[in-house]
Amino acid sequence: MSVEQTATMAPRVYGVAAEFQSPAELLEAVRKLRQRGYQRLDALTPFPVHGLDEALGLRRSPLGWAALAAGLTGASGALLLQWWTGAVAYPLVVGGKPYFAWQPSVPVTFELAVLLASFAAVLGMLALNGLPRFYHPASNHKRYPRVSDDGFLLIVENDGPAFDAARAAEALRAVGGQHVEVLEE
Amino acid sequence: MATVSRPAETPLVLGEVTLADVTRSVAGIVEAKTPRAWWAAFAFTGTLTLVLIAMLTYLVTTGIGVWGNNSPVGWAFDITNFVFWIGIGHAGTLISAILYLFRQRWRTSINRFAEAMTIFAVTCAAIFPLFHVGRPWRAYWLFPVPNQWSGMWPNFRSPLIWDVFAVSTYFTVSLLFWYLGLLPDLATLRDRARSRIRQIVYGVLSLGWRGSARHWRHYEMAYLLLAGLSTPLVLSVHSIVSFDFAVSILPGWHTTIFPPYFVAGAIFSGFAMVVSLMVIARWFFGLEHLVTMKHLENMNKVMLATGLIVGYAYAVEFFIAWYSGNPYERFAFMNRALGPYAWAYWTMVACNVLMPQLFWFRKVRTNVPAMFVISLLVNVGMWFERFVIIVTSLHRDFLPAAWGMFRPTWVDLLTLAGSFGLFLTLFLLFVRFLPMISMSEVKAMMASEEAA
Repeated sequence: MSVEQTATMAPRVYGVAAEFQSPAELLEAVRKLRQRGYQRLDALTPFPVHGLDEALGLRRSPLGWAALAAGLTGASGALLLQWWTGAVAYPLVVGGKPYFAWQPSVPVTFELAVLLASFAAVLGMLALNGLPRFYHPASNHKRYPRVSDDGFLLIVENDGPAFDAARAAEALRAVGGQHVEVLEE
Repeated sequence: MATVSRPAETPLVLGEVTLADVTRSVAGIVEAKTPRAWWAAFAFTGTLTLVLIAMLTYLVTTGIGVWGNNSPVGWAFDITNFVFWIGIGHAGTLISAILYLFRQRWRTSINRFAEAMTIFAVTCAAIFPLFHVGRPWRAYWLFPVPNQWSGMWPNFRSPLIWDVFAVSTYFTVSLLFWYLGLLPDLATLRDRARSRIRQIVYGVLSLGWRGSARHWRHYEMAYLLLAGLSTPLVLSVHSIVSFDFAVSILPGWHTTIFPPYFVAGAIFSGFAMVVSLMVIARWFFGLEHLVTMKHLENMNKVMLATGLIVGYAYAVEFFIAWYSGNPYERFAFMNRALGPYAWAYWTMVACNVLMPQLFWFRKVRTNVPAMFVISLLVNVGMWFERFVIIVTSLHRDFLPAAWGMFRPTWVDLLTLAGSFGLFLTLFLLFVRFLPMISMSEVKAMMASEEAA
């Protein structure tokens, strides 16, 4: 399929995918394709493959910052809550203790920091990954069900008008990919 | 196809196992026809769960007097059960979070199972304080939410409120961690599903997970973050539970050793529960190649180590009681060992300190029936530990005129039995509908063992 054809034909091409048999083959193929100039690659794997992030040129996940911000929000919110309810809204003498002190406020402050940071980690992961998402073009590949079992799919994504699906398919075959298929949106 | 050859060290997965074999043996359990024995077990535990519901209904409709709680023993069976169940949960988080951070790869086959146990144990635990408050429909007063007494707020200086926050956070974070770990495996079940209903249910639950490398990057970071957050969390939970006691001024409760002592005891009892349930599950579902003798032996070693810490704590408590020179403190401990509840104290010592010593012998550590019996006895011992701490400290505190005795009623006993029914019922549902071993993690471990 040439560039002109993809532009006029609906549906749009998402990319071209091929199957590989092992993590080692997949990594080798990723390196070779990137040397050939294919930068927008993605791989579907049954487990996180060690070294794949570097091979694909992915940066470190920024999720830690989200969790830190949420944790600090939780901690400061908890301190504010304990101070305001105990010393302002509902001051109550209990055993002659001060209305507010940092020492007895530690447990609740800690727990709320952990709670909010955990929500940020999980919800942030889903948001960054665009999940939940119940349809994806990759699922049209006939070997797709195997990527949650023991298959490794490598996708050369459509990165703009210069993308040529036929050439991408050829490149995937050249680096050892099997079951090469063009994925439509 | 990726296979794993035997490395020099004892492998964590036995035999020539392919990635597809892992999927088949784990997902196959969920997809197979429900075994007869499962129905038999479910009928039994389901009945016990109905007993729990009946006992709680009887309690609420009649009054808290149907329990054996009295003055002076205001915290009796219910709080004993609460601390017992919370403790059981701790092994799950320890295995999933702490052993993950320490790169203990043997955790991989057992973490899902242990995390499920955490969630179900905390569920059982939550029932007891909920009904202990007497009017469970007003339990939301414990949370800082507006209630009918406008302007009334919880007392954040009380350890009991800390406990509410610790336990509810623990439950929520454990659930998040568990679900996060389940996502890739739910996608596997979705992709293998034949029936429409399975496709829809597992499809929705897996949130469209497709194992993209970009996704795994965020996923692994989220997993690491939750492991890092759960580690101090699990240590805090039983510490805060111990504050319920240690922050009071009652002899036998008012001790600084309680937080580490409670945490060690919790891990001890939790590992015992994992072993008890795991030896049955791996035998019944034929998972001996994934949950190997090495896994069981390691868990038994953890039990031996934490059992020694617990035994040390028992000894130190006595030493400090004597060394403090406080006559009430000395009496509280003499009364534990020699008073009317001495039988409970010595049951505890026999089960928690003496029985695990058998794990010094490799023959015992690697003998399935032996470890099953010992792990059950440890659970009995750890239940009695909480009973001893609570009841013997309360029943004779200061003035002899205010002393008393506690005897559980039939409602107390059946409620405890019923909580086991609920725990086991949830467990049976888990092994029937969800993959009890983390397939994606086992596969990742196999790939890295092959590369090594």
